[in-house]
Amino acid sequence: MNPILTIAKKEFKDTFFSPIAYVFISVFLFLSFWMFFSNFFIEGEATLRSFFSWVPVLFIVFLPSVTMGRWSEEKKSGTIETLLTLPLKESQVVLGKFLAVFFFAVTAILLTGPLALTTALLGNLDWGPVIGGYAGLILLASGYLAIGLFVSSLTENQIVAFILTVVALFLLYFLGAEIVLVYVPDFLGPLFAMASFHRHFESIARGVIDTRDLLYYLSMTGFFVLLNVTSLQSRKWE
Amino acid sequence: MISVDNVTKFFGQVLALNGVSFEMQKGEVVGFLGPNGAGKTTTMRILTGYLPATSGTCQVADFDIARQSLEARRKIGYLPESAALYGDMEPIEYLSYLGALRHIEKSVITRRIKEVVKTCGLDKALGRKIATLSKGYRQRVGLAQALLHDPEILILDEPTVGLDPNQIAEIRQLIQEIGKQKTVLLSTHILPEVEQTCKRVIIISEGKIVGQGSPQELIHQTRGASVYHVKIRADRAEIEKEVRSFPHFRSVDFGASQNGVAHVRLSFESKNDLSEEIFKLVVAKKWGLTELRREEVTLEEVFKKLTQ
Repeated sequence: MNPILTIAKKEFKDTFFSPIAYVFISVFLFLSFWMFFSNFFIEGEATLRSFFSWVPVLFIVFLPSVTMGRWSEEKKSGTIETLLTLPLKESQVVLGKFLAVFFFAVTAILLTGPLALTTALLGNLDWGPVIGGYAGLILLASGYLAIGLFVSSLTENQIVAFILTVVALFLLYFLGAEIVLVYVPDFLGPLFAMASFHRHFESIARGVIDTRDLLYYLSMTGFFVLLNVTSLQSRKWE
Repeated sequence: MISVDNVTKFFGQVLALNGVSFEMQKGEVVGFLGPNGAGKTTTMRILTGYLPATSGTCQVADFDIARQSLEARRKIGYLPESAALYGDMEPIEYLSYLGALRHIEKSVITRRIKEVVKTCGLDKALGRKIATLSKGYRQRVGLAQALLHDPEILILDEPTVGLDPNQIAEIRQLIQEIGKQKTVLLSTHILPEVEQTCKRVIIISEGKIVGQGSPQELIHQTRGASVYHVKIRADRAEIEKEVRSFPHFRSVDFGASQNGVAHVRLSFESKNDLSEEIFKLVVAKKWGLTELRREEVTLEEVFKKLTQ
């Protein structure tokens, strides 16, 4: 088996069978179901709009808990030395870890499937925006996770990694919110909006998959995965 | 097998290694000694490709560790300091994982795991999470990991640190066993361990190599004089008169006499063993002899002298 997949498999197991994972998945599902159904009957519309607007915010807190220990624990315990002296490239190890947390997040996202099914049973659900929304969530999660993994590779302390990631995601997310844009100079506004996760997610959640959004998420993910590789190699810098 | 040529390593402004050079032949077991912070771990990290050297080159199994890192790393089994392992895994699981990462084929891996489990005496540790194992067993799992791909070269960073005397003896025996076929570089600051396991010793201090050779050679080089403890039934004045005429004589001291037996401490400006000459003198003079002992210089003294 390809070493990337070997690492991904091991890391996925570690993530999935850890206490953090149970807490993560159950609280995440509880909150998303609760938020969804608390509005659902009031609005009386067969749509997942409110769900798709909440989950990106929940992810700001939840996904960093998945990525926080992935590198920092290896650094703290010293296992990173064994890992990085194996005949493997740094990029293979990074990709393996990324795939693992990515599949974990996809699993968590797919577990909210019953929401869509319930809605479809109760009313006339337009599947287009739902599929677009799910695709958007998965893309958004991959960006969050790449950032989280990178931050985790910077420290030996997973709590520090968690807090820094939450702050970074929070800033990146709300950078494009109206409340922020009102206060920034006009010429910075479009730049902020472009850099923000929030803006790119909105259009996907409406069911429109724009290549610009796709490109944004993929380049965000790619950029931080590369930074992660670089941060591992930085031990070799003088 | 290993050739380190003029390696220098800076950590920021701190000079960790200063022109380190040494060679290791195939099948050699070399002990790497030095006080804490002398540069042992740094040297090993450079040899395993974890850290690059600031200048100088390292050849490992004919590969340059900086430029052909992956090829070189395939030939090395490495036990890092304090053998960090994944505590959540069981030994077999851990070894299979590393085997897969090392591209060992499925058909081979099961057999190899069986072999290293046997070599490292891991039977009792199987089926338990690594985190729950004793330090000795964890160290063995680390060693098993290093041996798994049957590497030509083993680099072991303090393989016996934190173990009890029985475990140390076991690991030592294990290394001796392994050293019959492989090239082994092991660092330690437990000196008796080196004298028993290693044919050759490299002593490093403050980033520089200060001594190289077999333990006997190093002892011989360091020995400035030879000292003998002799217990003779004879008159002090007579003994003193006789020994002063010995070649290379340096000094004679007398300890407390007991029942007419004088405790004499003789020292000579010669590294050669003069016990026989002393014995002959005693016989010729028809003195009574109850003890004749040459004071040993230990590797410990060599180490102290070279690293201070």
